[in-house]
Amino acid sequence: MGEQLQNEPLITVENLTTGYDSAAILENVNFQVHRGEILMVLGGSGCGKSTLLKHVIGLLKPQGGRIIVNGTDITAADADALRQVQKKIGVLFQADALFGSMTIFENISLPLYEYTDLSPQMIQRIVKMKLTLVNLAGYENHMPEELSGGMRKRAAIARAMALDPVLLFFDEPWAGLDPMLAAELDVLIKRINAAMGTTIVIITQELASIFSVAQRVIMLDKSERGIIAQGDPRELRAHATDPRVVNYFQRAVLCENEGEK
Amino acid sequence: MTTFPAQGREYSLRMEELEPGHAVFFISGRLALKELNNFIADAYRILKDKFPARLDINLAGITSLDSAGALALLQLQEDFASGSASVEFHDATTQIKGILDLLHERADHTPALVPQRKTPLILERIGEASLHLRHDFVEIMSFAGELLIALTDSLLRPKTIRWRDVLFYTKRAGVDGLPIVGLISLLMGLIMAFMASLQLKLFGANVYVASLLAVAMVKELGPIMTAILVAGRSGSAFAAEIGTMIVNDEVNALKTMGFEPTRFLAVPKVLATILVVPLLTIFADVFAILGGLLVGLGLDLTVYTYIQQTRTSIDVSDILTSLLKSAVFAVLIAGIGCQRGFQVSGGAESVGASATSAVVSAIFLIIVADSAFAIIFHYVG
Repeated sequence: MGEQLQNEPLITVENLTTGYDSAAILENVNFQVHRGEILMVLGGSGCGKSTLLKHVIGLLKPQGGRIIVNGTDITAADADALRQVQKKIGVLFQADALFGSMTIFENISLPLYEYTDLSPQMIQRIVKMKLTLVNLAGYENHMPEELSGGMRKRAAIARAMALDPVLLFFDEPWAGLDPMLAAELDVLIKRINAAMGTTIVIITQELASIFSVAQRVIMLDKSERGIIAQGDPRELRAHATDPRVVNYFQRAVLCENEGEK
Repeated sequence: MTTFPAQGREYSLRMEELEPGHAVFFISGRLALKELNNFIADAYRILKDKFPARLDINLAGITSLDSAGALALLQLQEDFASGSASVEFHDATTQIKGILDLLHERADHTPALVPQRKTPLILERIGEASLHLRHDFVEIMSFAGELLIALTDSLLRPKTIRWRDVLFYTKRAGVDGLPIVGLISLLMGLIMAFMASLQLKLFGANVYVASLLAVAMVKELGPIMTAILVAGRSGSAFAAEIGTMIVNDEVNALKTMGFEPTRFLAVPKVLATILVVPLLTIFADVFAILGGLLVGLGLDLTVYTYIQQTRTSIDVSDILTSLLKSAVFAVLIAGIGCQRGFQVSGGAESVGASATSAVVSAIFLIIVADSAFAIIFHYVG
């Protein structure tokens, strides 16, 4: 049973259809996320990346289709069942979304106090551990506003990881970071994935980090209202025929070369 | 040959007739936004009288051209090229050609994707406003239901309440609000007592200043004034705080962490306000009576008479009903403040609007509730 569960995809999206009012944004989208992988969802502005994310983390209900996360169909789940699923996932929002009225320690310890019976000493140690993981050791008593953008982003990652989620979502994690910080973030993402086996889904339009971070990519397109390509980024670069995909990957290669210079 | 005296201008214009019906218009110098109006006026003055069938505009002498200048050139071409006349640009440098092409290609000829919004007709506006009102009502009601469930649930399991937040908002809305509530009540007491004394003095009924003030303040004005002040200070703050959290995705973060935003954010604020507004009301009553006392002393009343008169005109039930009223006002203020905050979508402007709306709606609801109380107490009491 456990073995079988391991082989099951962590997320299965079936025939997802959604939109605002009458305009469809996504139509009949199907894909899976496998356990332990780093998946990147790519696409230009307005193609529905963020909408897709909001559905998969249970913030929006689709007009049609099913989304199964860690064995639970969250489109049919009640509030309690959804909450159980959400406890197993961590989300890094684009605007870090740290609680401005709380210290970094309080931000990270919030879910720990809420969902566990751990002693305050233990929680303190866990928070320190997570902060060290994201290279922010010693910043627990700072307020979010006292940190730089890159540091806040890392603190938000530490918070997303507070309950050791099986699944981490990053929404545009590189937005607003300088190239050095972006490269550091690449390393951090890979480290989390390798060390803890966390499945990571990254929503982005960033080109520079595709080949260094993603094990698999899904490409969305606005006019198709869905997926136009998916697979290993290197294979897509070598074998894709769709001009939109080819064009995108050519730029990505350019970006990567620039980065290596 | 026509030249234009370009005194003080950054450009110069010259018209040269090659043969009848064929002329060259030389433009040289700098053509930019700053002198655009002058340029158009000058060019039209030259071209208007003797416009040839074929006009070449020579751009070789232009040293610098910005997009506004380019637009003026194109305008010139369009205006005079009507009918059989032909207007062509000549000898443009690559740079100037580039700027002209930039404008040519897209700017003028792409239609707007959405037609310009028209100001709606009065009937349309009435309809829209009614729909908005209905929508608003449904939202407030469903939030009220949600809040009620969250409140009962929290009170049944007091351990789940975030008491630290309750304490924080108690301080914010209560302790921090006390000075202004006290000051305004004191001044109100002074004013009311003074105005009343002007009339009552005529009948030698000065002593009733105390009664009048006590009845008016304790029964009506104390709870209402306090509630309005708290709505202005705290209701708006609640709306702005929650609204900003929505804009920053913090509420989404709470949801994805498995927290219910209503329980997490609204319940502590509502509880703190329920705790604080009745207390502030008592303070307001006391300060107003003190204000009246100051006037009373000026009217040769003794402290003892004044307090005695105050005590006889109100009883405990008056105070209790006023506390009940203020507790209800507190729920309205905090509830509507939080609801307006959760309604925010978009950006900073929406947060501002929600704060304003929180205060306006709260004051409206306070007055409506107070009228309801007046009727109920009349029949029950």
